[in-house]
Amino acid sequence: MEIAFDQLLIQTINGIVTGMILALVASGLTLIFGIMDVVNFAHGELFMLGAYVGVIILAATGDFWIALAAATLLIALLGAVIYLTTLRPLLGRDPLYTILATFGVSLVLQNYALWQFGPVARKIEEPFTGQFTLFYLSYPWYRIVIALLSAAIIGALWLFLKFGTWGIWIRATTQDRVMAQAMGIPVPWVLTGVFAIGAGMAAASGVLFGPLVGVTHVMGVDWVLKAFIVVVVGGMGNLAGSIAAAIFISLLEAYASLWVSPAQAVIVSFVVLILTLLFRPTGLFVPTPK
Amino acid sequence: MSRRRTTVYWTGFCIILALLMLAPLVLPEFWRRFLTEILIWGLLAMSSDILIGYTGMVSFGHSAFFGLGIYGAAAALLSVNPPSLLLALLCGLVAAAAAAAFVAYFSTRLRDIYFAITTLIFSQIFYVIIFTWTEVTGGENGLTFSRPPLAIPGLFSVRFTPDTLHWFVLGVVVFSYLLLRRITQSPFGMVLQSIRENEARTRAIGYPVERYKMVAVMLSGLFAGLAGVLYALQNQFAAPDFVFFLVSGEVVIFNVIGGIGTLVGPIVGAAFFLLLREGLSRFFTEYYLIFVGLIFIAMVIFLPQGLLGFARRWLNH
Repeated sequence: MEIAFDQLLIQTINGIVTGMILALVASGLTLIFGIMDVVNFAHGELFMLGAYVGVIILAATGDFWIALAAATLLIALLGAVIYLTTLRPLLGRDPLYTILATFGVSLVLQNYALWQFGPVARKIEEPFTGQFTLFYLSYPWYRIVIALLSAAIIGALWLFLKFGTWGIWIRATTQDRVMAQAMGIPVPWVLTGVFAIGAGMAAASGVLFGPLVGVTHVMGVDWVLKAFIVVVVGGMGNLAGSIAAAIFISLLEAYASLWVSPAQAVIVSFVVLILTLLFRPTGLFVPTPK
Repeated sequence: MSRRRTTVYWTGFCIILALLMLAPLVLPEFWRRFLTEILIWGLLAMSSDILIGYTGMVSFGHSAFFGLGIYGAAAALLSVNPPSLLLALLCGLVAAAAAAAFVAYFSTRLRDIYFAITTLIFSQIFYVIIFTWTEVTGGENGLTFSRPPLAIPGLFSVRFTPDTLHWFVLGVVVFSYLLLRRITQSPFGMVLQSIRENEARTRAIGYPVERYKMVAVMLSGLFAGLAGVLYALQNQFAAPDFVFFLVSGEVVIFNVIGGIGTLVGPIVGAAFFLLLREGLSRFFTEYYLIFVGLIFIAMVIFLPQGLLGFARRWLNH
């Protein structure tokens, strides 16, 4: 089959847009893992709940940006509560227990959403419906805005980690938790804060992505699986690696869906994962230590 | 002392076995089926215990082995006429073992948490393949097939009744339990437990840790496949839902509730979970998982040893 240049370009843009959202989801996951040694199985559910909160607040206020901000803050708060109630008691135990606990949390949240909102998909209206012409397609501006906003949020996170007081505390805690505590850094609050930030980022990506697909109680499952692949391919706990891997994998999937159905295009990301595990088990963009 | 413990253990074993054997004769139809189902899920959970409880690796990919066992048996039952029990067993086990070898090779390259994530992702690979390969697997609709007779070629052949099916399942599960118990007490099992306690030191002593882990995953996958074949016999139905990772999650829940590292614990966990689901779903229909999740979280925090954790040493004696 002949693939035209314009199709290739459209898929490139599509791939980058999904890649940026995926990067936003995965960077929250990586942040939580890299700093707290917690694999957050409930990350997809926080993404999904964020989208639902977005739906509700959008219906109440009619303003997409208020909904985005409110969903981020509310889910960040929920993240802090989850951390304090289920993960704080597990501090100092085998990190495997945190997987089990967050898996339990994901069960509760997912079925709570099913109970509260029902199985019918909700819709978030796009904040603006403008389109521009891309070859024969009219391409929605909103998708481009999603990519830019995701990049802005990730950039803000990076600046915050690099220059903010809390950012410095967070990095100190990553390097040496005991020493950080000794220097007077409120480590327990730093950990709570990190979990809240990760949760907020998941919620933000949920609201941003909501207009592209319907909001349902299982929408988080696909994303958390993809985010896990990204996190392993990018190197666990490596923020830049995750972002690069997210865009890389999304681009490949977008190109693959030129030939096969999107459901089968997922297999491409599995192949990337297998090759990464075979040849660069510490991450695609990290040289393997000898 | 230790002799008395052994006597008590085997007496208990025989009493429970006798009760399980007599159960189908007294239980009404619904609960007999329920009990058979508990045994099958228990076997699946027990196979996972080899990894979680004895080697210290949490597998979130057992649905793949279980599902391949079901689909392997389905393939054998659909393609050969008349359907053969032995062939179904063989095909199910081979399919599960092949999947397990594949997963084992890749996922044991990474430690602890990474193992959990990679097994999860690998089980999704099988899910996507089975879900999208509609011509062979029936896709979302799954496959239905008929139950083969209980037969040994050349000797005898009788149709399964609900009672004989229960006894057959019970026999396989008990045999698997005794075999797995023997394996965990063998030198090989001891090495697995030493990997759980201190992986670096086990490697330093000179054991090829990766190879041991790979064999553990394959062994575990093989028994999960056996559970899949039994499930196929019981329900005569294969669906991609059984390969979905939520099943793996439930298997982990069975283990944690029942008590990891005990082999019988996971069966108790499966029974507890299924009874809880049965009880709760009468009042809360599909939202029962909210309560299951809350109970599970509470158990992880307050009772990480599980229901049978108190008897762990004694059961492994």
